[in-house]
Amino acid sequence: MALRDKIRASQLWKSVFRHPAPVDRRNRVAVMLGNLVLHLHPVALPAHAVRLQFTWCMGGITFFLFLVEVVTGALLMFYYRPTVEWAYNDMLALRGAVSFGVLRELHRWGAHAMVITVWLHMLRVFLTGSYKPPREFNWVIGVTLLVLTLLLSFTGYLLPWDQLSVWAVTVGSNMAQSVPLVGHQGPLHQVLTIDGAEMITPSSDARYALLGARSVGEEALNRFYVLHCVAIPLVAGFLMALHFWRIRKDGGISGPL
Amino acid sequence: MFKRKRHGRPATAANRRSVLRAMFGSAIGLGFTAMGAAGALWAAVAGRYMLPNVVVQPPSRFKVGFPRDYPPGCVETKYKERFGVWIVHGVYRGRRQVYALRTACTHLGCITLWQENERQFKCPCHGSGFHPDGINFEGPAPRPLERYAVRLADDGQLEVDTGRLFQEELGQWDDPASFMVL
Repeated sequence: MALRDKIRASQLWKSVFRHPAPVDRRNRVAVMLGNLVLHLHPVALPAHAVRLQFTWCMGGITFFLFLVEVVTGALLMFYYRPTVEWAYNDMLALRGAVSFGVLRELHRWGAHAMVITVWLHMLRVFLTGSYKPPREFNWVIGVTLLVLTLLLSFTGYLLPWDQLSVWAVTVGSNMAQSVPLVGHQGPLHQVLTIDGAEMITPSSDARYALLGARSVGEEALNRFYVLHCVAIPLVAGFLMALHFWRIRKDGGISGPL
Repeated sequence: MFKRKRHGRPATAANRRSVLRAMFGSAIGLGFTAMGAAGALWAAVAGRYMLPNVVVQPPSRFKVGFPRDYPPGCVETKYKERFGVWIVHGVYRGRRQVYALRTACTHLGCITLWQENERQFKCPCHGSGFHPDGINFEGPAPRPLERYAVRLADDGQLEVDTGRLFQEELGQWDDPASFMVL
């Protein structure tokens, strides 16, 4: 018996791969359906679905860049400490003292590229009318993902903790003061007044919740770090899974309906 | 069982040509080969990345003051926090000497405590006890505390070198580099 057949017949192999080799049509389907990675793709595709003119591959490139950001970001976390004392120094160390510290630049370039590709993806979806029924809710999910991408960039911008970071986030988070209802300078915040006492003040509004303080400091750095590394990626990852799943359920990729 | 070519090996057996063809002979083969190469490269880069080039650690050689700072019976604890060492002016086998004891317990490496009233080193993890000379007398520790090298520097100060260890049970405490006679 050839070695390959011996391996295929072993209990170890069969406990991992539940189906025979993809030697005929039926088993090729079984392989596609029984494999976590492969099942993300349909068993069969119309030929036009893989044409670059139809999709620009922008959604796929955006997802690929997200994976690049996850891998490089996780590696950066091994050296970066989100404290006022260390954040800037650790960033400099990644640039000057750590082998392959270029991972930090990869993370930054990947973030820029992701913002560009996610916009191009949206443009393509608009131009091809792919937001029309029954895909309209997937457009809504996509817009949410666009906002989350921008928020990831915004929260990541504070982490190097240089002058640019601090003042950019000071300006950016000041916008939260003007949110309707929950920003203390925003419209309708007077609505939330109990017995003449305003509930929305500089120490209790949306900006205060975002920064954990009344100005950008140690607390804000820690909050943005957790938002950037844990909270937003988790939500975005869930919505991406939903987004991809709905492409299949709403009629497949780039097909006319 | 196998279709045999007229000459040579069974058709199913892998040879150099078939492996190369599988790796580079088709678009999908080329794709998987490139993916594997990229993965290997990433693993190598990440492995090197995880080894820091700059670490914030105290130097392995440091000065601990002049011999007159250490009267007989003295156990100096102020170098424990930063350097992990006690400077002791004690008696070992009837000989009066100054030595640098490593603070790590010889059982599982917890950092021991100096108890001035009982005049003993005590491990907080499993209760091992050591006399001021470093010899273990209770608990699970199998051997005495370890010594670091000490010497008199040019300016007359004592200098400890944590790069060299001396173990009592190996007879290394007789090495003159492991103690100072004042």
